[in-house]
Formats: sequence, C-alpha cells, structure tokens
Amino acid sequence: MNMTAAPAKKPKLAVWKFSSCDGCQLSLLDCEDELLAIAEAVDIAYFPEASRATQPGPYDISLVEGSITTPHDVERIHEIRKTSKLLITIGACATAGGIQALRNFADVEEYIRIIYATPEFIDTLATSTAVADHVTVDFELRGCPVSKGQLLELLNATLNGRKPNIPNHSVCVECKQAGHVCVMVAHGTPCLGPITQAGCGALCPHYDRGCYACFGPKESPNPASLTQTWQESLDVPERQVKLALRTFNAGAEAFRKESLKHGQ
Amino acid sequence: MSHNRMRMARGDLGALIAALSDRGYRILGPTVGDGAIIYDELESDTDLPVGWGEDQSPGAYRLVRRQDQAVFGFTLGPHTWKKFLYPAEERLFQVTLEGMSFQPEAPAGVKQAFFGVRACERQALSILDRVFLENEHVDSGYAARRRDTFIVAVNCTTSSPACFCASMGTGPEHRGDFDLCLTELLTPKRHDFLVEAGSAVGEAIMKEVPHCEADEADVAQAEKQIEATAKEMSRSMDGDNAAQLLSRNLEHPRWHEVADRCLSCANCTMVCPTCFCSTVEDTTDLTGDHAERWRRWDSCFNQDFSYAAGGHARSSTMSRYRQWLTHKLSGWHEQFGTSGCVGCGRCITWCPVGIDLTEEVAAIRAADGAVAATSKAEDCHA
Ligand code: SF4
Ligand code: SF4
Ligand code: SF4
Ligand code: SF4
Repeated sequence: MNMTAAPAKKPKLAVWKFSSCDGCQLSLLDCEDELLAIAEAVDIAYFPEASRATQPGPYDISLVEGSITTPHDVERIHEIRKTSKLLITIGACATAGGIQALRNFADVEEYIRIIYATPEFIDTLATSTAVADHVTVDFELRGCPVSKGQLLELLNATLNGRKPNIPNHSVCVECKQAGHVCVMVAHGTPCLGPITQAGCGALCPHYDRGCYACFGPKESPNPASLTQTWQESLDVPERQVKLALRTFNAGAEAFRKESLKHGQ
Repeated sequence: MSHNRMRMARGDLGALIAALSDRGYRILGPTVGDGAIIYDELESDTDLPVGWGEDQSPGAYRLVRRQDQAVFGFTLGPHTWKKFLYPAEERLFQVTLEGMSFQPEAPAGVKQAFFGVRACERQALSILDRVFLENEHVDSGYAARRRDTFIVAVNCTTSSPACFCASMGTGPEHRGDFDLCLTELLTPKRHDFLVEAGSAVGEAIMKEVPHCEADEADVAQAEKQIEATAKEMSRSMDGDNAAQLLSRNLEHPRWHEVADRCLSCANCTMVCPTCFCSTVEDTTDLTGDHAERWRRWDSCFNQDFSYAAGGHARSSTMSRYRQWLTHKLSGWHEQFGTSGCVGCGRCITWCPVGIDLTEEVAAIRAADGAVAATSKAEDCHA
C-alpha cells in the first residue's frame, strides 16, 4: 500500500496503543475481507501494529486502545486528543481501565517493592483508568475484546456520517432475540447478562455459560438486585460475587461500587 | 365444545404430523432443548416432549421427568409463537443511491403449522392479529406469515404455578379459532386424544388420520380434566379491574419498590407473547452507495426506547416498569380493546429476579391511593 499517494480527501485514521494486550487492534486486523474496503475508504496514517509507515497529525479519526497507567500515558493521551478530530476508545482497557484496573483495589507501592529488583526504575500511577477519565472521548466502543462487527459498524457509521447501531441495552435482549434459553432461570447458572451491555450476541449463554460482562455495565444497571438474587437464590458465595465483578471491567463505576460491597 | 368430536389414539399422533407435513406445512412445536421446552421445527411425534414436565416459580424453571408418558404434560417455556410471525429481526427495505431506488421487502408467505398452541397463546395471537393486521397499517411481513398458519390447539390438562389464565378468562380451554383442537385423554388404562376440527382444512386433514367418533365418556373425561386444571390454578389476577386501579395509582410508592429490584433487562417483554415493540436501524455499506432498514425487537425497558430529541422520556427504571405494567394492563384496553396480558406467566418465570406482575398489582390494590413521597419530576410525564 502506498500511503503517501492517498487522495487528500480521505479521512486520516490513527490507531494508538496504551496499556493493553493488543487484542482490540487485532480485531481490526482480523476484519480481513472488510479491511481492504476500510483501507480504501480511509488513509491509514498511523497504525504501528499494521504498518511501519507513519504520517504526522492531525488525524480525522483516532482509535485508542489501552488504559492510562503511567504519568507518560497521561501526557501522551492529551497530545493525541489535541491532534485528533474524533477520538474513539476501543475495548475494556480504554473504556474502563481493563483487567489491570485490579491494581486500583490494591497497594501498588507494595507490589512494586515485592516484584521488581530495582523499584526506583518503575514509574507508574497507582491506578489504571479509562481514557475518558483524562480527555474528552467522542465514542466508547466496549468489549474485551471489541466485537469485529461493532468495530466495522462504528467505522462505517463514522465515515458515512450516521449514528452507529450500537445498542446500550442488556445482553439479555440479544440473548432472547437469538432464542437462547436463559441459563440463570433454567439452569441456575449465575449470569451477568442483565447488568451487562450487549455486543457479543450473548456468546456465553449460547454455550450454556453465564455472561462474564466483557462489555461492561449496561445503561442504568442494577447490580445490587442481581447479586442479591445470586446470593439468595443461587447460593453464590459472597467472595464469588466480588470476583465476578472484578474482571475486565472491574474499574467501571457500577461494577467497582458493587464489588466493594462484597469485600475489599 | 361443538359437535363433530373425534377420538384419535395416541399412536396416531405421528400420522397427524405426517398428514400436515404431506400437505407442505412446516411443523413448529414444543421440543426439549437446552434444559427447557422450546418451540422449534418438528419432524415427527418423537420430537415432542413426551414424558416431560416442568417446575416453575418466579425466576426459576426446571425440566422434570413425569411419572407418565403424557405428550402435553408441560405448560409454557421461554419461546412464544410470535417469533415465527414477527421475527426478532427483519429487513424492511433497501435503497441504492444511484437513481435513489427503493426496494421494499416482499415477504414470502410460509406454510406453517403451530402444533400445540395453548388457549392463552391463541388469545395472544388474536391480540397480535389486532395489532398487525386489523389496523390502518397492515404489517406485510406478519400478514404473509400469518395467512397460511395452521393452528393445532391443545386444551391444557395440567397447569404450572406461573399460569393464571383462568382468572384472565383466556384459558385453559380453547373457545374456537383453531383448525384442530386436541385434548389429551390419559389414564393408566388409556392414552387417546379428543379431536375437534374448527375449519374445513382441519376436517380434511383428519380424513387422512385414523380416528373414530368420540363417545360421551371421552367428552366427559376431557371436560373433567380441563375443569380440574382451571381449579388447581393457584395464581390469579383481577385483570379487568387492574386497568382502572393502575391508572389511578401512577404515583404509588410500590413503583419505586419494584424498581429497586427490577434490572431493566427486558426479559419480561421479550418472552411476553403479546409485546410487539420494535426499533428500526438504518445501515449502509462502507461506500454509502447502498443502505438498508432493519427492524429489531425492542422493549420499553431499554433506555433508548424512549429517546426523542432532547433526551430520554423514561430514564428511571421506575418509569420503565410502570410503562410496561400500565401498557399491558391498562393502556392496551384503550388502544386495542382487550388486556395486553393473557395470563401465561412467562414474565414471572423468566424474570431473572422473579418479579411477579400479579404480586405487584395486588400490592398496589392493597394500598389503593397511596402516593410516593418522592416522585421525580422527570418521571411525571412518562
Ligand atoms: S442467560 Fe444471561 S444474558 Fe441470557 S437472558 Fe439469562 S440472564 Fe440474560
Ligand atoms: S404480561 Fe406476562 S403473564 Fe401476561 S401475557 Fe405477557 S408474559 Fe404472559
Ligand atoms: S409493554 Fe412495553 S414492550 Fe410491551 S408492547 Fe407495551 S410498550 Fe411495548
Ligand atoms: S421485571 Fe424482571 S424481566 Fe422485566 S425488566 Fe425487570 S428484572 Fe428484567
């Protein structure tokens, strides 16, 4: 691909990485068939994961993966915001702090002392936080990792100047639309679907498992009521309730708050 | 029940399915799947949930083996017939930018037989017909799929603790509007079906299935079993009076109490056989040369359902739960002339936290006229 020959009117796309596993960027590369069409529609100006050729900003669309965990990250995300017209965060790390937000519940100083031979070389923040905690974000795409279909829909909608079809209702809605039998009601399996945002197509209930909340809290979630039923009707031990809320979206406010009611 | 009643041996149920199949009907009916009795395609009578029953309570459902080999010894599962008439998602039209040409979908008719429709479900179908067919705007997809739908009704000879059709006047016995109606006659000594034809097609199909004329004893046994089913139903709701009760109690404190439990997950509306709400989504291809409009099931429990320019009309869960119950039990009367609830109990069993609408109505009735101390301004006009 000859990046420099791209016509000027094509929007310039940049893909940035912070603290993350690269899984969400890989979802973009995983769009194989559609990737060619995307490469036609945009000028991929900065995407180190895919190409070494880079162009300087400003960028029309910046996709940001990963959470903010170091003082340097804080500076960098402000720079990216300044040079991006639209800033879109992708994945649980960028939208909620990711699995690494478990540090928010622990003593980071102590971790550093125990783990690293030369602790003074480590320059890190006490917390892992979402990008939106630092700069204005135009759209947050949830998921750990993001869904390929939703990522394409978001890019497509952005390029066509229309509203993306990305619902914020519960996983239960797509679970029922797919015709799955509810694992919580019919099998007694604890499921986080009723407080989790749709996006995966109710993948886990389809395989007879409870939802793990990869897409974070739905709009107006009620984790207190759901976990009360888990404990009272499904005999889920309190520690399990806490751990279920402390995964990829542990730092999302609704999950964080509820998990603290069930232990430190 | 009318005249012309037939008796068909249990062993000939397969012949009935074969006769329907021979006439080109796709047979849809109850079958065991994923730990519940769901509605799916049936190939023969062995696909039916023979010998299965279920335990139901608010928020819980378990399949259980019965002591006998009853074919219809269960009641209702999470699926409803609406999915075959009004699918969860459907493309409405396509547009091509070049020449701005619109291509509306031309939904294909289907020949399908609903095998084992309960009385409450038959009432739910009439309600959906009213909504989709008997209005100024006829839904072409629903109409195409409904036209050739053959209904094999079943009178209930067992109920679950979730059922309350008897109090709603919708069951357990069918009152017409079927092609065929079966009542299972099962004792340790016999296993037959009482069959009634309700249409010419139904009658014609029975000519291809071995049967004989029913005698008085058959009819008496069927009536006795149906009566016993109605009597054993422990749950009830005063549906007629619920309409006025709810309309005059919009500021009742109970709405806030139920909202503390409600997850606004929308399961209740998804499993309800009469809930018909949908949203439309416009999609494009990457170039923007081709666009499509899709319709998907939606629910008044979803925040974006009430989005209009300026914000959400129902942002609190309280206002959403209130919308659901008042629409089902109150507003529906004004809109469509019946209750929107047929007493099937699905929303009770399939609510993950076991919220029971009959209990909510009873609680409001018990403190008729009570007004919540805090009623948020944003919800007043909801
Ligand atoms: S299985 Fe989970 S996601 Fe599906 S309806 Fe039940 S609670 Fe909701
Ligand atoms: S409101 Fe509940 S009980 Fe009434 S018809 Fe709907 S699902 Fe059945
Ligand atoms: S109760 Fe809600 S989802 Fe059901 S028909 Fe009424 S508004 Fe629609
Ligand atoms: S009443 Fe139950 S099923 Fe309905 S939205 Fe509330 S929690 Fe979900």
